[in-house]
Amino acid sequence: MGRTPSSARDPLVALLLGKLNMDLFEELRDKFPLLVSAAQAPPQVSHNQVSIALRGPDVRPLAEHLQSAYQSRLVAVFAEDRVAAESVFYNYYVFEQPAEPCYLILQAPIAADQPRFPSLAAGLPAVNWQEREIQDWFGLEATGHPNPRRVALHDNWPDVHPLRKSFPLRQVLPPFEGERHVYRPTLGEGVFQIPVGPVHAGIIEPGHFNFAVAGEPILYLQLRMFYTHKGTEKLFEDMPIHRAVFLAESISGDSAFSHGTAFCQAIENASDTEVPQRARVMRTILLELERVCNHIGDIGAISTDVGFMVANAHASRLREMVVRLNEGLTGSRWLRGMVCVGGVRRTWSSAQRDLLRDTVNQVEREFDSLVALVQSSDSTRDRLEQTGILLPETAKVLGIVGVAGRASGVDLDVRRDHPYAAYERYPFQVPVYRAGDVLHRMLVRVDEVKQSFAILRAAADDLPEGPHCAPLQPVPPGRCALSAVEGWRGEILHWVRTADNNRLERCKIKDPSVNNWAAIVEAVQGNIVADFPVINKSFNLSYSGTDR
Amino acid sequence: MFKILQKALATGIATVAYPDVPAVVSPHFRGRPEFDFASWRDARPAAEVCPTGAILVGQALSPANRRVTVDYGLCVFCGQCADVSPDGAVRVTTEFELATHNRARLIRAADYSLNADGTHQRLIAEYEAEATAEEAGGKVSEAIRNTLGRSLAIRQVDAGSCNGCEMEIVALNNPIHDIERFGIQFVASPRHADMLLVTGPVTRNMELALQKTYAATPDPKVIVAVGACGISGGIFGTNYASRGGVDATIPVDVYIPGCPPRPEALLYGILLAVGRLAEKVR
Repeated sequence: MGRTPSSARDPLVALLLGKLNMDLFEELRDKFPLLVSAAQAPPQVSHNQVSIALRGPDVRPLAEHLQSAYQSRLVAVFAEDRVAAESVFYNYYVFEQPAEPCYLILQAPIAADQPRFPSLAAGLPAVNWQEREIQDWFGLEATGHPNPRRVALHDNWPDVHPLRKSFPLRQVLPPFEGERHVYRPTLGEGVFQIPVGPVHAGIIEPGHFNFAVAGEPILYLQLRMFYTHKGTEKLFEDMPIHRAVFLAESISGDSAFSHGTAFCQAIENASDTEVPQRARVMRTILLELERVCNHIGDIGAISTDVGFMVANAHASRLREMVVRLNEGLTGSRWLRGMVCVGGVRRTWSSAQRDLLRDTVNQVEREFDSLVALVQSSDSTRDRLEQTGILLPETAKVLGIVGVAGRASGVDLDVRRDHPYAAYERYPFQVPVYRAGDVLHRMLVRVDEVKQSFAILRAAADDLPEGPHCAPLQPVPPGRCALSAVEGWRGEILHWVRTADNNRLERCKIKDPSVNNWAAIVEAVQGNIVADFPVINKSFNLSYSGTDR
Repeated sequence: MFKILQKALATGIATVAYPDVPAVVSPHFRGRPEFDFASWRDARPAAEVCPTGAILVGQALSPANRRVTVDYGLCVFCGQCADVSPDGAVRVTTEFELATHNRARLIRAADYSLNADGTHQRLIAEYEAEATAEEAGGKVSEAIRNTLGRSLAIRQVDAGSCNGCEMEIVALNNPIHDIERFGIQFVASPRHADMLLVTGPVTRNMELALQKTYAATPDPKVIVAVGACGISGGIFGTNYASRGGVDATIPVDVYIPGCPPRPEALLYGILLAVGRLAEKVR
């Protein structure tokens, strides 16, 4: 095959990449002959991924080796039901090596009659929830998991595994009753529990927080998510790809364009569709507008949660300027209905380009004044500094990504590490801090918005002429492809296996929120209950993106 | 403090006057698609591309005829129906004041006789639900109007949404839309609320929480279903994890279409629900 990564258009880089991965494959094959088949065809290199098929479900030795010898990061773990076609389930382990644009995917078969796999969670807490999701969705047991209880399906769910092919999407389950989840008890004099949710006091999404507190300080926090689980991954298997783009936009409404783009890129990778340069630049612009809009909103919301309402009034006014620009560019205030497989649905007139330039300049001026206003308030700084600290060591172990990771020393950014759209054309800095408190999660946003303005201006000036969408062509069946996007919140992954008639066999979605909930649990410990809202807001995770 | 005041004075008043004056809407905004059923030559391409099945082609009373149904309660306003209907029979407008008391008012239908190639030969009949007396007068019951018409407390409930609707509901509180100028405020508990503003689809995991929230809200109360998913389940429909629209779980008084509905559309629906549109708009 030897197809080159689309991101690496320089042929020399492409050649080098292929060689690096071949070397890695040969090394793994020699070191772990029982795991990696010697007779196996060379690894499948396509676009941004290299896949290696394993002989069995135990990836522990490989994972350890990749971590110790290559400082690999386990990006995602997910499963697929291939029982009808191949009599096996597959677990997929997506790794990333520093300074290597290609993702490495290990495909581990699990025999249908032995539905279990060795858990990695004890040594790699980052996969805790993901492995338990596999248990819930597919009925594959993660043996040796330190906390194997249900995570996605609440305790009252009947014994079903919704992502198995044998489970019908439209099956009607009985209404909820009984216990959702048994929380760890809180015992001791003066120690008590505060249950919060799923219906919260503000205009936010549903989830349950169970605080154990000793007076004011929080001892620990237990979470229950998946209240908004709506069968999204299963739904992807039930609709043609052109409709599924809209489903991708509804994974997390505040990241509609990022998730939509991640999905379209996966389909483009699977079908070898070359996206025209104009569309790549337009996508880049819209991705950055989504980032600017949400970061500004968060800076305002963080100010609100410490009582600085004036800053939020200005921030939400700026945010409204950006969503109005969004509407002028895409017809939707939240950038919906714009991205499509092959590019974008509509092109821009020169008037729209001028609108983009003018608004960006105007918002930038106002943004500097907003930041000055927030920074001028000592009492605000006092509330944000040293609040909700996530230590860099903890962030690394928990696999924290995105804004939250970068505030705690995790130097990752898909835009730089695995370039897509037109990010290679525009130089930008990735801000990284190590303090890990609310203040620095806000500062990462401030710095990123400034970088985004530079990208937006460069892209608006650079916008090439030409088609805004590749010609529509059928998507070949049986192709697997991965795609990654740095949404404003962090790393978004979509993985697809295509089926006949422009449909999908499987679509795995990973929102950065899935990993990052664990960060909130760590960050709140020892803080007072009254600071929970601002700590939570400084992460601003997507419940819908988590629950799907 | 001086800086804060200085900035406020320099900024001036940012609030818009909607609904007293029309909303400022980009000409690119995709609002309600308008269907000229009489000149529509073929509904199949539009039904094929519609992501949520808001446009359906099926059999009319006679098998030789076709019934085309358009449901604004499912529409996500993507505009693809207009893109694939080159005869100009489908046109995307910038209209967004679509909220209604009556779910049936969001549905249009037309019966066609067909040519051999499946295109429309002739429009046989067009259907649209009649406006109820309530709507014709833009009124709600005196009890609601008298009790809730002047100061309204809203409890927002996310019963499973993608958070798109939440962003627009949050935007109602920004200085541009500033819903408090109507004496309307969002409150932290259903026990303090007169209105539940519910987004959907209602998931299986939120069904009980929604029922409890409804029970905790004192009478008289008004329930508003927000967005395509709140009205009908939207792109998620009903499945093992989703119960569909809000009215499958609790009774709904007003439906606000959109994906998500823009702040002015939400405001229009909220004022409609408490009988305050007549004084403001008409």
